[in-house]
Amino acid sequence: MKASHVSVPAWVTIGVVPVVNIAMALFLSGLIILLIGENPIDAVQLIFIGAFGYDEAIGYTLYYTTNFIFTGLAVAIAFHAMLFNIGGEGQAYIGGLGIGLAILAFDHTLPFWLMLPIMLSAGALFGAAWAFIPAWAQAYRGSHIVITTIMFNFIASALMVYLLVNVLVEPGNMSPETREFLPSGHLPFMHEVFAWFGIAITKSPLNISIFWALICCVLLWFYIWRTRWGYALRTVGHSERAAVYAGIRPQRVIVITMCISGALAGFVGINELAGVQHRLLLNFTAGYGFTGIAVSLMGRNHPLGIVLASLLFGILYQGGAELAFEMPKISREMVVTIQGLVILFSGALAYMSEPWVARAYTFVALGLTQQRAGEA
Amino acid sequence: MREFSSLIGVAALLVSVSSSNAADFKPAVVFDMGGKFDQSFNEGIFNGVEKFKKESGISYREFEVTNETQREQALRKMAQRGSDPIIGVGFAQAPALEIVAKEFPKQRFTLIDMVVDLPNVQSVVFKEHEGSFLVGMMAAMKSETGKVGFVGGMDIPLIRRFACGYEQGAKHANAKVEVIQNMTGNTPAAWNDPGRGSELAKGQFDRGVDVVFAAAGGTGSGVYQAAKDAGKFAIGVDSNQNHLHPGTMLTSMVKRVDVAAYNSFDTAHKGGWTPGIQVLGLAEGGVDYAMDEHNANLVSSKMRSAVDKAKADIIAGKLKVHDYMSDNSCSM
Amino acid sequence: MIASASQVSGSIAQGDPPPAIELRGIDKRFGEVHANRNVDLRVAAGTIHGIVGENGAGKSTLMSILYGFYEADAGEIRINGRPLQIRSANDALQAGIGMVHQHFMLVDTFSVLENVMLGAESGAVLSRSKTLARRELERLEQDYGLRVDPDAVVEELPVGEQQRAEILKSLYRGAEILILDEPTGVLTPQESDQLFEILRSLKERGVTILLITHKLREIMDLTDFVSVMRQGEIVAHRRTSETDQKELAELMVGRSIEQHDVNRSHTPGEAVLAVKNVSMRDAKGVTRVDDVSFEVRAGEIVGIAGVAGNGQTELLELLSGIRPLDSGSFHANGRQVTPQNPCSPKDMRRLHVNHVPEDRHRLGLVMPFLASESSILGYQDRGRINKGLALDYPLIIKDCAEMMRVFDVRPVDPMLRSSNFSGGNQQKIVLAREMDKEPTLLLVGQPTRGVDVGAIEFIHGQLLSMRDRGCAILLVSVELDEILALSDRILVMFEGRIVGDVAGAGADKKQLGLLMANASPDAAESEAVS
Repeated sequence: MKASHVSVPAWVTIGVVPVVNIAMALFLSGLIILLIGENPIDAVQLIFIGAFGYDEAIGYTLYYTTNFIFTGLAVAIAFHAMLFNIGGEGQAYIGGLGIGLAILAFDHTLPFWLMLPIMLSAGALFGAAWAFIPAWAQAYRGSHIVITTIMFNFIASALMVYLLVNVLVEPGNMSPETREFLPSGHLPFMHEVFAWFGIAITKSPLNISIFWALICCVLLWFYIWRTRWGYALRTVGHSERAAVYAGIRPQRVIVITMCISGALAGFVGINELAGVQHRLLLNFTAGYGFTGIAVSLMGRNHPLGIVLASLLFGILYQGGAELAFEMPKISREMVVTIQGLVILFSGALAYMSEPWVARAYTFVALGLTQQRAGEA
Repeated sequence: MREFSSLIGVAALLVSVSSSNAADFKPAVVFDMGGKFDQSFNEGIFNGVEKFKKESGISYREFEVTNETQREQALRKMAQRGSDPIIGVGFAQAPALEIVAKEFPKQRFTLIDMVVDLPNVQSVVFKEHEGSFLVGMMAAMKSETGKVGFVGGMDIPLIRRFACGYEQGAKHANAKVEVIQNMTGNTPAAWNDPGRGSELAKGQFDRGVDVVFAAAGGTGSGVYQAAKDAGKFAIGVDSNQNHLHPGTMLTSMVKRVDVAAYNSFDTAHKGGWTPGIQVLGLAEGGVDYAMDEHNANLVSSKMRSAVDKAKADIIAGKLKVHDYMSDNSCSM
Repeated sequence: MIASASQVSGSIAQGDPPPAIELRGIDKRFGEVHANRNVDLRVAAGTIHGIVGENGAGKSTLMSILYGFYEADAGEIRINGRPLQIRSANDALQAGIGMVHQHFMLVDTFSVLENVMLGAESGAVLSRSKTLARRELERLEQDYGLRVDPDAVVEELPVGEQQRAEILKSLYRGAEILILDEPTGVLTPQESDQLFEILRSLKERGVTILLITHKLREIMDLTDFVSVMRQGEIVAHRRTSETDQKELAELMVGRSIEQHDVNRSHTPGEAVLAVKNVSMRDAKGVTRVDDVSFEVRAGEIVGIAGVAGNGQTELLELLSGIRPLDSGSFHANGRQVTPQNPCSPKDMRRLHVNHVPEDRHRLGLVMPFLASESSILGYQDRGRINKGLALDYPLIIKDCAEMMRVFDVRPVDPMLRSSNFSGGNQQKIVLAREMDKEPTLLLVGQPTRGVDVGAIEFIHGQLLSMRDRGCAILLVSVELDEILALSDRILVMFEGRIVGDVAGAGADKKQLGLLMANASPDAAESEAVS
């Protein structure tokens, strides 16, 4: 109520505050790393070199970033309608199912350029369908969407196991996974794309779906802030009564918004299945749907912020793996702890440091003006 | 910081390592998602490589993966560092290992629990159904109610292979026995949910079960505890778990992944490492039922002789145990 | 009516005890808006001090600074002579300052006792602090004559008692200085009188009261001193006994005020709205609108008088399509609406039936939206402002600026958040949006609630000129003066029914008051015109 009215320039709240938050998280992580007997400075350096130090690392970092952009956007659009979509994980899972089924059905017959729109539609459709049911229940039956989407995560998981273990599994394969997609169902890797132009870069899972993720950012921005549907969505988010007054049907908006949210989450399957794994398998979502909540929170539900937050999480995932690889004392649990601290400080406690930074800014600014006045 | 410098020039470091020179011997292991302390599969591998480390004084590189994509990444990273041999743990690493093994044809890979057919890959698989058959027999003979239970971890074909072998063994010993099966769940969380394991076991006890076999990783500890509390019998899995609750643990279906891991490092070091498929069944000592001082007085000599006869028959090929994974069904 | 002279020392500037509140050079900007300019204010202890000013004059900002919601950019606050940093409501409470907000800060589902204790519990065990709180409440009741049932649930209390609970909350926390922000905005005349009695007795017991209001009658009735704010500055301090309403009004707006001449000589046209036996129940099954029938003709203002909560809100929402009706029907601009054939707010807007809702905070505006965004609420689907897939924001902003100029919204800044406008300017944005479309039927709820003199004058003028252009207007207001000033015909609602129907010209305030309270059914029936 109060801090937001301190008149500090926007670059302080948008630019400085997140940096301070991350610095606090890293400081605390550093203490823990020190406690287990490793050098925290080296550790941070390892994280950043592990994420950016060579082209393969950059590829992995951006590959993770792609997933986070999709799930972050999914959470963000729902949040603008005041819907807390915890079901990104399940929607991504089922979206992937759609993509997998579409590819398995058509990869024998259709070329890649026809497969691409089919994959995208299938992922969007299945993801949206999985979000539709909780949305409908929230809009017309008053079931709380947080509860239903959590439940739908479990159902999605059970359904996928059933399908992969009993129906879709490739005969003779020990793992519950389908046959490998034919090349027409593969998205080109970035190292392949670069190779077309004669540039050799190291192989990594990064594929062209990152472009789709960035396109989705722009489309989502346009939808939320530039169209009348986005206007209706934001109105419902701020005040359902005002929406009714304005002739907007909140139930409809809730359902449509959640379907878009689910579709975005479903695109995780584009990156993971068509892009990297090239088959439908269990648990490819690996918690990206949940991390999307933190990404969206940290990115302040704005596509640009989400891209930056996704990049940060990409760094933490890839750099964190590198850290665990290089420092034997730092286990993968330790890496999760560091990620958790970053989420805590830049997500849950995002606004904690804002008044401090604002006060520090005012202090410095006042000091400067007084100094100037003294000189004059 | 030492790792740094080597890291930057890593692409250039495609050293071909195939000598068994101790100084150059750099083995590595990539644990799967369960983590090296899962009290089960990964931990078995961990014990094997630790044993090698203790005996030879040669340390190894390790990594625990946290998502699908990291398997390939970690295997490749190990290969780029010149590690040899590299153990991939678990069937889920097969596709990743196949890709990486092709990229680094001069380095040796050992894959445990799955087959990858490449000239530089050694694949170690186990006939879990055979071991399960033996403990199934033992369960059926020990049972006074004529009902035996099975608690699986995650519902996947591999665990159904355990269940199917177990059921066949139980029916072999007592055609009228009833086998009650439960899977803990459908997600990897099912490997580590002792609370749920305990619940499932209690549920089976309520239905008359008095011997339960858990093939469920960390979930098993809940099953064993429940069996102990209810005064029933339980059967351990993967490693010899008889010592956990003496008097309750009837036996364990041991799967010697530790031996497989140890052998891979050891033969690679001393010579004698060969690529190709190693199917470890009863005959090869890869699976077995465990007898020790903890369960000696739970198993009667009659039970032992029956089980040992079946074991000999299976080894001799006179008794066939159906493998669930050969046709994805458990029709007997 | 001036408080006892003994309490008013000869000169407040040089009084012996330090003033209860002293503000020196308070300055506050919100971006471009200079909300407070170098404000000096001294409030003597044990007095009632009024602050009047137009909307956007900076009264609320000043009080928010005093109460710790905002920090001033410059200036000093002294409480009882001591300079203080007030950074939060907690700091304010520590300094003995309590605030009664225009919109009560009570938990509706809690009892009065629980609300009073909230945030001031002593220790973890509730039952113990409850006993203590109950004892303290009894003491406050005796000392100040503030009677509220401590066990009553807040949402079941009449508004006047909720406000008393709010005052008790401040006193319970040891407030010696009480700030009241537009306290009578939600009260009936009787409840207002009771409030004034309470405030006077608080003053006698040494409580200093700062009263923010736009109602000059209240200033004259109640206060000892009055400060007038205009455009962020304090333009005058007066001893109430030495000024009058006219002077204060002119100080507020900076020019002289004229009364509108309500021309009732014209003849209304065709019935634009015909309501027949309409009834409606709420979600709990309580009948809110009970068998209501009336007509509104083109070029006519029909005022609905009544104490708040007697079904007027529901009637407006029903006619604007927000709520469905349960029985009966109405005819609006040729469209027949029945329970079987309902209409949506969108339909009604298409029929040129526009609605200025009572609750501008939750219905009329979307507070976090920019003014330009709020200015298209309800019209977001119009072809004019949609270009292809996108809303045509440059045009929307241009339109909004134009509306703001026509309706004298200050500041004329379409990019400012709706919540950053003062109440009167927010109301003008809503009115501008709805009137700009030249509706043939305008439903208006409480158009001047929380709005100051200058803006009231303007809004009334706009409504009258709409009527003169042939618009049919249905006006709901709990301000009887407003109903009397504007209406051609007056309906009185009580418990969902229409209990009176009188001509606007020559209507008697006292008689309407009786109808509103349903005190004299005989009088009501004899006056009723079917």
